Amino acid sequence: MKYIDEFRDGELARHLAATIAGEARAGGEYRLMEFCGGHTHAISRYGLADLLPPAINMIHGPGCPVCVLPIGRIDQAIRLALEQRVTLCSYGDCLRVPASDGLSLLKARAQGADLRMVYSVSDALELARNNPQRQVVFLAIGFETTTPPTAVAIRQADALGVNNFSVLCNHVLTPAAMRAILAHPTGARLHGFVGPAHVSTVIGSRPYETFASDYGKPVVIAGFEPLDLLQAILMLLRQINGGRAEVENEFTRAVTRDGNRKAQAAMDEVFELRDSFEWRGLGSIPHSALKLRPRYAGFDAETRFGLDYRAVADSKGCECGAILRGEKRPQQCRIFGTACTPEHPVGSCMVSAEGACAAHYLYGRFRDTPAMAAEGA
Amino acid sequence: MAGLKLDLRHGRVEMSHGSGGRAMAQLIDELFAKRLANDYLAQGDDGALLPAVPGRLVVSTDSHVVSPLFFPGGDIGSLAVHGTVNDVAMMGARPLYLAAAFILEEGFPLADLERIVESMAAAARRAGVQIVAGDTKVVEKGKGDGVFITTTGFGVARDGVTLSGRNARPGDAILLSGSIGEHGMAILAQREGFAFDAPLVSDSAALNGLVEVMLDSGAELRALRDPTRGGLATTLNELARQSAVGMLLDETAIPIQPAVAAACEFLGLDPCYMANEGKLVALCAAPDAKRLLAAMRGHPLGQNAAIIGQVIEDSHTFVQMRTRLGGRRILDWLNGEPLPRIC
Repeated sequence: MKYIDEFRDGELARHLAATIAGEARAGGEYRLMEFCGGHTHAISRYGLADLLPPAINMIHGPGCPVCVLPIGRIDQAIRLALEQRVTLCSYGDCLRVPASDGLSLLKARAQGADLRMVYSVSDALELARNNPQRQVVFLAIGFETTTPPTAVAIRQADALGVNNFSVLCNHVLTPAAMRAILAHPTGARLHGFVGPAHVSTVIGSRPYETFASDYGKPVVIAGFEPLDLLQAILMLLRQINGGRAEVENEFTRAVTRDGNRKAQAAMDEVFELRDSFEWRGLGSIPHSALKLRPRYAGFDAETRFGLDYRAVADSKGCECGAILRGEKRPQQCRIFGTACTPEHPVGSCMVSAEGACAAHYLYGRFRDTPAMAAEGA
Repeated sequence: MAGLKLDLRHGRVEMSHGSGGRAMAQLIDELFAKRLANDYLAQGDDGALLPAVPGRLVVSTDSHVVSPLFFPGGDIGSLAVHGTVNDVAMMGARPLYLAAAFILEEGFPLADLERIVESMAAAARRAGVQIVAGDTKVVEKGKGDGVFITTTGFGVARDGVTLSGRNARPGDAILLSGSIGEHGMAILAQREGFAFDAPLVSDSAALNGLVEVMLDSGAELRALRDPTRGGLATTLNELARQSAVGMLLDETAIPIQPAVAAACEFLGLDPCYMANEGKLVALCAAPDAKRLLAAMRGHPLGQNAAIIGQVIEDSHTFVQMRTRLGGRRILDWLNGEPLPRIC
């Protein structure tokens, strides 16, 4: 596949890995956080851990949209579907996230909820237009990558006068989460960040500059392909070894300093900052999420259906919080792989393949058995 | 029979077609029997009386509920033949006969049913099997999805050949007969209305001919299995668990068509979990792997066959894959339905 295979070349990967191993200081430790779930998934799927020297310690960040969504938010969506009998549209990833009372969106469907999996918000809008007698609600989740399409759909609904379409908005902001990570002790000990790929195509590299200048943490924005990641790790290594803290851009084929201004304008027109938003694992973070501006309040499902938000504690024994903050690894959670598996997830990190737990379970858990880890390493 | 002929152009399935009366007899005569004609079916009794088979009998049954009913590369009729023929063939057997049971939904167009039955007849002819017994039932509109077809296959196992998923031993070679994911992606694209530039066509095919040449090669085969639902990954995990062994695959050796790879990439799906309907996995003793591979490549349905890995000792029964980058990862069981990732 053109423009894909080039970034998965085994020969180049081995060459880069050798360079990384050569430049990593003997006995040193490089604590690098890949913020994005897309990177977590790529690291696990391509087995990159096997290519990196032991000095490189990749810590999985909170950039998995499904993982950071607190239980209370899924509960809201389930209440809408079961009690208000709306047609609820969701991305596939959200369907299995465990909510209160042993429910998930999929289980709510089994109880009679009208739940539709969609590939894009525009599918939800079309569904609303084709079913004017139904209230259609789109469960909007995700970082800045999925936000502009939601904004565009709301503008379209407004222009077309679609009055049976609304959005349950859970869009969250990357820089706010990075700041929250750095406020925790684990974050403070990080040596650098692999910056998001798709998010950065929208927001550009400029918003990360504060992490270099004010926090002294190098950031390298990287694409989601394995060679992107290896190259970014090498760039971080060189910054750290050279005592530099800068924002560098490995993903120049898609990311500019200013990002996608058109997308930013669409977001800005439709959304404004929430005063505060609860994140799973990171708690309530001020100015970390978006809500609809008063001009578009008619499309806000929270307003239309008078939804209140009730915070719900994570399940006992679930370490998703500590894992999302980078304090623990999935295999350090007592219920990992026993009570909590992709078939029966207890915590959100076990749901999406971008979640740290699911990625480790699906692709890497053979490393937890000493004999297997040693063999062929 | 007196009266009007069945209106195959505009007619639809009615409740009376399943009632056991004249309408049912007419449907069977004019639509089914005519197209599936053979001496055994023509006996017209409650069961088909078949000659003794020369060896051990293999039986397999499978229900087919595919949606859409017609898709690029096939339809539910050909699929119902291939699916069961392949299950019998995976036992190292030569499929001989099929029985077919139809559940029809009231209102289903007879023209579509005719296409499906013709497709079944053609698929059976190509596979060299006869459909010797059948049944039709009709359910009320809204209680079915057009047509469900259950086929049961009968075959005779080759003398001296006993294939089983329990036979795998560390060191055995793992072979795959061709590129993966085509059926699953063709169905998904059609169902969801995805339009890709390159057409995605199901690989639905009868594999008994390929199995014959594999058995003829003399290679020491342990097991054959067709990676249908759940794809290659799920089939390999089943085999690993049955034999209590591990597997180590080489990602670069697994054949995949560019169109399938691109569609999977686009949707965030893994082709290793997409269904196949015309591919098989073979486990064989390592020294015979090359001979088996050559035999497979000599058959039209095995042209792209490849040795994709080997069986290893592992009490955890992990199926592992060496990635094209040189790292390792697990290729796990399919978890739920494959859902597209969001970004």
